[in-house]
Amino acid sequence: MAERSFIEEVKKLRLSKGEVFSGEGILAVTKALLESGVAYVAGYQGAPISHLMDVLADAQDILADHGIRFENSASEATAAATLAASVNYPLRGAITFKATVGTNVASDALANLASGGVLGGALIIVGEDYGEGSSIMQERSHAFAMKSQIWLLDPRPNLPSIVQSVKDGFDLSEATSTPVMLQMRIRSCHLHGQFIAGENCRPAFTVKDAMENPRRDVNRIVLPPASFLHEREKVQERWPAAIRFIQERQLNEFFAEDAADAGIALQGGNYNSVIRALQKLGLANVYGDTKIPLYVMNVAYPLVDAEFDRFCKNKRAILVIEEGQPNFVEQNVASILHQSGLSTRLHGKDFLPLAGDYNTATVLKGLRGFLELYGLVASEAPAVPKRRPISIPVVAAQPATAPKPAMALLGGDEEVLDSNGNDESLLGAARPEIHTLSDDLDVLPPLDQTVHARPPGLCTGCPERPIFTAIKLVERELGEHHISADIGCHLFSILPPFNLGSTTMGYGLGSASAAAFTVAPGSEPATKRAISLMGDGGFWHNGLTSGIANAVFNRSDNLTVIVDNNYSSATGGQDLLSSRAHNPTRSTGHEIEKAVKGVGVDWVRTIKRTYDLKAMTSALREALTAREVGPKVLIAQSECMLNLQRREKKQVRKAIADGQRVVRERFGVDPDTCTGDHSCIRLSGCPSLSIGDNPDPLREDPVAVVLDSCVGCGNCGEVSHAAVLCPSFYRANIVSNPTRRDKLRQRVRSAVIGWLQSREAKRRAVYAPVASTSLQAGASHAA
Amino acid sequence: MQHEPIKIAILAMGGEGGGVLADWIVDLGEHNGWFAQTTSVPGVAQRTGATVYYVELFPGADEPGARAPVLSQAPLPGDLDIVLASELMEAGRAVQRGFVTQDNTTLLSSTHRVYSIAEKSAMGDGRVDSDALLRQARRAAKRFVSFDMAEVAERAGSVISAVLFGALSGTGVLPFSREQFEHTIERGGVGVKPSLRAFSAGFSEALDAQVGNKPKAATHSSPRQALSYHPALAPLVERANALPTGVPEIALEGIRRLADYQDPLYARTYVDRLETLATAPGGRDSALLRETARYLALWMSYEDTMRVADLKTRGSRFERVRDEVRSRDDQVLEIEEFMHPRLEEICETLPKDLGLWLSKPNWANRLVGRFTRQGRVIRTSSLGGFLMLYTLARWGRWRRVTLRFSLENARIETWLQRLRLIASLNPQLALEAAQCQRLVKGYSDTHARGLRNYETLMSVVDRHQRSLAPVTLRELRDAALADEHGHKLKECLQRHALTL
Repeated sequence: MAERSFIEEVKKLRLSKGEVFSGEGILAVTKALLESGVAYVAGYQGAPISHLMDVLADAQDILADHGIRFENSASEATAAATLAASVNYPLRGAITFKATVGTNVASDALANLASGGVLGGALIIVGEDYGEGSSIMQERSHAFAMKSQIWLLDPRPNLPSIVQSVKDGFDLSEATSTPVMLQMRIRSCHLHGQFIAGENCRPAFTVKDAMENPRRDVNRIVLPPASFLHEREKVQERWPAAIRFIQERQLNEFFAEDAADAGIALQGGNYNSVIRALQKLGLANVYGDTKIPLYVMNVAYPLVDAEFDRFCKNKRAILVIEEGQPNFVEQNVASILHQSGLSTRLHGKDFLPLAGDYNTATVLKGLRGFLELYGLVASEAPAVPKRRPISIPVVAAQPATAPKPAMALLGGDEEVLDSNGNDESLLGAARPEIHTLSDDLDVLPPLDQTVHARPPGLCTGCPERPIFTAIKLVERELGEHHISADIGCHLFSILPPFNLGSTTMGYGLGSASAAAFTVAPGSEPATKRAISLMGDGGFWHNGLTSGIANAVFNRSDNLTVIVDNNYSSATGGQDLLSSRAHNPTRSTGHEIEKAVKGVGVDWVRTIKRTYDLKAMTSALREALTAREVGPKVLIAQSECMLNLQRREKKQVRKAIADGQRVVRERFGVDPDTCTGDHSCIRLSGCPSLSIGDNPDPLREDPVAVVLDSCVGCGNCGEVSHAAVLCPSFYRANIVSNPTRRDKLRQRVRSAVIGWLQSREAKRRAVYAPVASTSLQAGASHAA
Repeated sequence: MQHEPIKIAILAMGGEGGGVLADWIVDLGEHNGWFAQTTSVPGVAQRTGATVYYVELFPGADEPGARAPVLSQAPLPGDLDIVLASELMEAGRAVQRGFVTQDNTTLLSSTHRVYSIAEKSAMGDGRVDSDALLRQARRAAKRFVSFDMAEVAERAGSVISAVLFGALSGTGVLPFSREQFEHTIERGGVGVKPSLRAFSAGFSEALDAQVGNKPKAATHSSPRQALSYHPALAPLVERANALPTGVPEIALEGIRRLADYQDPLYARTYVDRLETLATAPGGRDSALLRETARYLALWMSYEDTMRVADLKTRGSRFERVRDEVRSRDDQVLEIEEFMHPRLEEICETLPKDLGLWLSKPNWANRLVGRFTRQGRVIRTSSLGGFLMLYTLARWGRWRRVTLRFSLENARIETWLQRLRLIASLNPQLALEAAQCQRLVKGYSDTHARGLRNYETLMSVVDRHQRSLAPVTLRELRDAALADEHGHKLKECLQRHALTL
């Protein structure tokens, strides 16, 4: 982590017993690891768990004090395999990554780990990126826990529960010789809250102790016959041990168990949404005191049959709240109820949606349906008094308990969908009917016309932008190509204005996912080559072997563009093998070009400055048209602008304050030559290249405008040259603390130029109308 | 005892400081004895995407033995007390997502716009109507406090989040004093002074916005002053003023522009042309005349190399750049232009016959062609660069002999002739045809594409002048502006079964 400091966060890791920790959920987990006596931590960065990795990386002194080994793993598989240290030794280890993408990558090692079992506590902290704002495919880690028999914790989303869950997780793991997965939902990772800290604890047994006292047990190794032994051990010993432990420690919680004859069984992570929904129905208060029985499974897997038995015994029905699909929990509960002969009716996905995250609005809608069926809420009358009388005569609806969103959507569009396609506008109430009232006279365009999607995009001055501009320009000459995208910031190429890229198959798999696109040897060659994109992060994660080496071995003829921006940028700017910065605890500076040549690629070009659009386009053109057969690799290098700015802004500010000569570059557009076609924007999409009112009274289309956030990367100028756009762009070099020579030159120039300019201005002034009018704007430059 | 927490949603774009604002509110609460919780899903949205930060506050954390409330992790539509939007479309998004209710939501929003990529990349004007967004927001909220926070932040040398924090305090919807708010910023310790300035400005703007004594934006109808024109132009002005209502405003600007572009004689040609149309049958239609006056002025002041060189070297332009890039007096400013004159532009700059000769494949063509393959960076602020452009600009005096002039002049004449002819049949169609000039813009490829589309439409007009509905021509024009490849236009032509 080169360009950010986490000193403030590290301070929180040092809190001692009784002090109040105030911070993010994922940082609380980090603190809990230290309090649990963890001996080693490994992981692969990615939202929402990057913070854990980044803060630990800055906490070298704590790690040294406590003898803790900390690794930035090469991939999630590496991280998972790291847990092998807990197989033979009483070492507590934790790994972390983003799920389910990370769990997918790690699953081989996880399955082997879970088969042999562990001696020391092994905790897998997954940042579950599911639901609103997620950047990955919508799946759950639950299936991995089930298939490999790893216990899955999903604590109630408050810091004390989460911290306790980490500690319980290690104990559970050791008591059952089984790795434990702690599911941290994305909102819980970014949750700000407080808990009372405990004392950090040095591991009783360290990795050093283990190395100096090696041990082995052939029965822990996955090879027949031990593997068959493991399978039996899992069900005969580890499972019952887990059930016992969960019950004894009361990891799952019962609330108002006998308050009603219908109850709700839910995973811990959904607790707060359920309480809020019950509150809206008048069945709970803000402290969580509920009139509806709740069974909260902080352990999402395995289910405890006896506890279900206890919860369902005197109930007519229960509702299982389980996000995502398949509905593993509901199916499991069905089997428990069936086998125990209970006649309790089971509900779940009949009241709640099969797909999409369970936000409060969704839960409220489902709960209302369930509770109405069992007469626990009245179906018509509002259950809680409204806080204020509804004063909108425009919208009349069946009474909803919560105030309705005011419908400013008179132009239609009654259903409002959030980014996940969840209907969240109606709070489970009946759809409001729109009456024709006076307000209708003032017809407004529907909001879906006035509110545009605003997807994430490349930052101002991003070095990846010119790469896509170059691809666009080369495609103008050579036609469209198949483009295989990868995971990383560069995936934003699929969005406007670039609209480049057809598939993304996973991190580092950009090149691999174009593997099929080479014609059979001996057949007629294709007239175009496929293009793959890959980031430096994905390259080191697995792309070197899965993509590049694979292309060499299979004699591919395609082009792979490797975006080398110095960091694993999309995950927060962590250092990589090929980072150029010096990192005291990691080895950097290993060039991608060398690695690529090392696995046998002959055609390799490195562009040292992606902003050099001419070089980028000609390298691309050459790669796509070269006669040579074999994989081609184009490495496009320039530092991530976000990180560059983080570092340099401070330095520049200081240099200016110290009186040093500093040149700031930024671009601008002359409004009087800009004709408002916006080609430049369609080839860039830079946030600082925007539009503004046309100052020309005769022109109506907005002109392009460069905002002051411009960092002067040079792309605009390069684009206007390469695409022969228009002469409106200028670059301003602003020299702070100019030298004497600068000033002298400036004086001479101003004298000559100023004289000529004033002469011209006078000549023009002859015909200019005297005094300004309403057409002021247009007259400004003629004054 | 309070039954519900205070619920606050912050809608912002990644990198706008929404997270800082949420943290301030949390710290404000926690420091003053409240329970506070915030969550967000920044993820990839941190890079310029729309993001929602959510905060809940609940009192009583400082009471002995206080029970912790169960706070929600995400906003429930219809159940928000305060919504803060860093930009106007984000306020619209809050309304769209049902976060804003007339029952209990105070909506604070900046009125400035950060344009979406769809708005920016349109080939014409793709901006949504800010006024509609404002009205939608106002209608949806119980209380709507809005002002241009970007501008306020800029003045204070800070960021929007600090202004929003001030506005939040100024509206008085949270039970904390101004001092408590300000101490929160001070505790943060980063950029305290500018943040406090922005806070203070936001506070008073919000206060003003509430009591309704906010001065209305300056009215645009500045009193019309009597203008005195140069004797060479005065008769033209008189003639322009005799045109139907609505036309003179545009025509006067046309006269001013063309006198500036070339000379009074050229402005006279302009007025002559307008009058010819005005006296033709059907030509006195004021809308037609107004739009013709507009596009004729634009067309006659087409941007050739001399015009660009002229605009780039003006003293007023140097001033404008200095302002725009905020270069201070103690700094030295250098201006560099990105130009790419191609062989075509060089030919068009030359006298007609010479230009035509050079544009033919011969040795000179090849020689000059070799030197125009690459774009050039010209430093206008240096003597060499300036003098080159300055000299080129002065060549404009002989513009009438250039190849480009003869080309454009012929196109203009054809267009005017066509307008006169159609005006006699259907002035409304003529109006639409006049507006088609809008398609011709830009330089090089962009210009060629625009001209091609324009000519396509004009040939449609010529062939179907008796049967073409004005609205169809408008549709075709919009289609021509829909995409760069002309797909939409082609599709639209087919749909209307219009042959070329």
